[in-house]
Amino acid sequence: MSNAIFKVTKPGLLTTIQDCGRVGYQQYGIVVSGAMDSFSMNIANFLVGNPRNEAVIEVTVMGPKLAIMKDVIIAICGGNLSPKVNGEKAPMWKSLEVKEGDTLEFGQPLEGARSYISVAGGFDLPFVMESKSTYLKAGIGGLEGRALEKGDVLYGAREENGKSGRALHRDKVPTYSNEMEIRVVLGPHHRAFSDEAVHTFLSSTYEVTPQSDRMGFRLKGPTLEHTTSADIISEAIPLGGIQVPANGQPIILMADRQTTGGYTRIATVISGDIPYLAQAMPGCKIHFREVSVEESQDIYENNDRLIRTLEKVSSLR
Amino acid sequence: MNLDYHPLGDTGIQLVFGTEISEETNQKIRMFAEELSDHPIDGVVEWVPAYTTLTIYYVPNKISYRLLQEKLEAINDQQHGREAASASLVYIIPTYYGDEDSDLSFVAESNGMSEEEVVNVHANKDYLIYMMGFVPGFPYLGGMPEEIATPRRVDPRAEILPGSVGIAGSQTGIYPLESPGGWQIIGRTPVKLYDPSSEEPILLESGHYLRFVSISKEEYTEIDSAIKRGEYVVQTEEKKVG
Repeated sequence: MSNAIFKVTKPGLLTTIQDCGRVGYQQYGIVVSGAMDSFSMNIANFLVGNPRNEAVIEVTVMGPKLAIMKDVIIAICGGNLSPKVNGEKAPMWKSLEVKEGDTLEFGQPLEGARSYISVAGGFDLPFVMESKSTYLKAGIGGLEGRALEKGDVLYGAREENGKSGRALHRDKVPTYSNEMEIRVVLGPHHRAFSDEAVHTFLSSTYEVTPQSDRMGFRLKGPTLEHTTSADIISEAIPLGGIQVPANGQPIILMADRQTTGGYTRIATVISGDIPYLAQAMPGCKIHFREVSVEESQDIYENNDRLIRTLEKVSSLR
Repeated sequence: MNLDYHPLGDTGIQLVFGTEISEETNQKIRMFAEELSDHPIDGVVEWVPAYTTLTIYYVPNKISYRLLQEKLEAINDQQHGREAASASLVYIIPTYYGDEDSDLSFVAESNGMSEEEVVNVHANKDYLIYMMGFVPGFPYLGGMPEEIATPRRVDPRAEILPGSVGIAGSQTGIYPLESPGGWQIIGRTPVKLYDPSSEEPILLESGHYLRFVSISKEEYTEIDSAIKRGEYVVQTEEKKVG
């Protein structure tokens, strides 16, 4: 019996398969990729009884239309892009059963920019360097290394009897506004800027521009002036690194960033705030707030504790 | 030597080994990375060597920034006066220079040399792989003689084939996958630097060396088909010190 789950009838703006990305290959120049909003991916998986890093569908702003080919448990988490099953509003942050012949589609983006669809048992797709994440530039991962297209069929990896109606507690459901405070640890090159520029960076409002994608978010705001050159000898660049080229306008490095880069970086976004940032639409206003390394690691601990608790609950069924 | 340590958010630490690009600095970075791989630190996920830095990514619920820095400082103290545990390798890259539509003649002309002279300067010398990046499997090579340095093409090519060997300014490199680009292409190797379906998807590693060896068109075809049959192994030799 075929284990076909979804047939793509409309692909949407950019619909790709993502998991936690290619970990361990950056020293060879392999881009990490992975879900932009890893929190939503993790929760979507827990709700259907999957391991936290099972591959999911990442939906961007304008979602796809999918024909359901078998009865299956799914969950939709992340930005609210108006998911509908057979034209009726579908619940988010809650597992649900869809039936053969149903249609899952998306409408207006209401809140956030990216939604994640998990399916109980995961998708049957090959691992490339231990990950199913799509990296478009090198044409690897996901379905044939590309975004989903009309006519594509996605197959289930394992028969799983996830349960419908499992929901994330309302208090834990994130909200995404059009104005965000994003916490950063300064450096490593903040000394390449004047004190005034660092102050400007931490006290001004920056706006996400339409020139923003999975590789990086280009921001617009007060110019950050360098006291030295804007260029450095190329070095590794982390997720959330905020590089400032000579034009003084910051760029936040996201999931599909290259492994190395040659621009000064004024600060790094803490990992706990990346999932929120991933939901920023063009026009979103961002305020940066400095935290110490110790604070950033306390925040990591707290987030990690929540994820591990949810993981435990999810594995209990 | 004293290293500078910088936090990269909550999950990264950068070690700065110097401010200038040099073989000596690069070898120190290679030795440090070797130590991390021989004696893993719990919580460390991966690391990326570069020209003057080594960046380490870790999970802070396993190890805090302060504790990790202490451990790295201890490693650095032990490194003092230590010899590398393993010798650097030289990867031998067979290269067919001067295909029909290559830029070899342009490179020769703009440097006032014959094509043969350009090949002689470019091949049979060991280039240090300072770091990997830009695209999967791309080596940043150091040490190309200035006498064959050539500016990028005025009209970049829309398509450069994998294995193309090129020059851009005073840099030389190999394209691991098909891409557009402005490098002056002087030759091509049948050797695969990047093969996502392979068990070891990336051929090269930073801190080692690479040597181009000139081959004929016939040899190119032979090696190419041996690779396709899965019967070709890239040759390496130990780098002779001094």
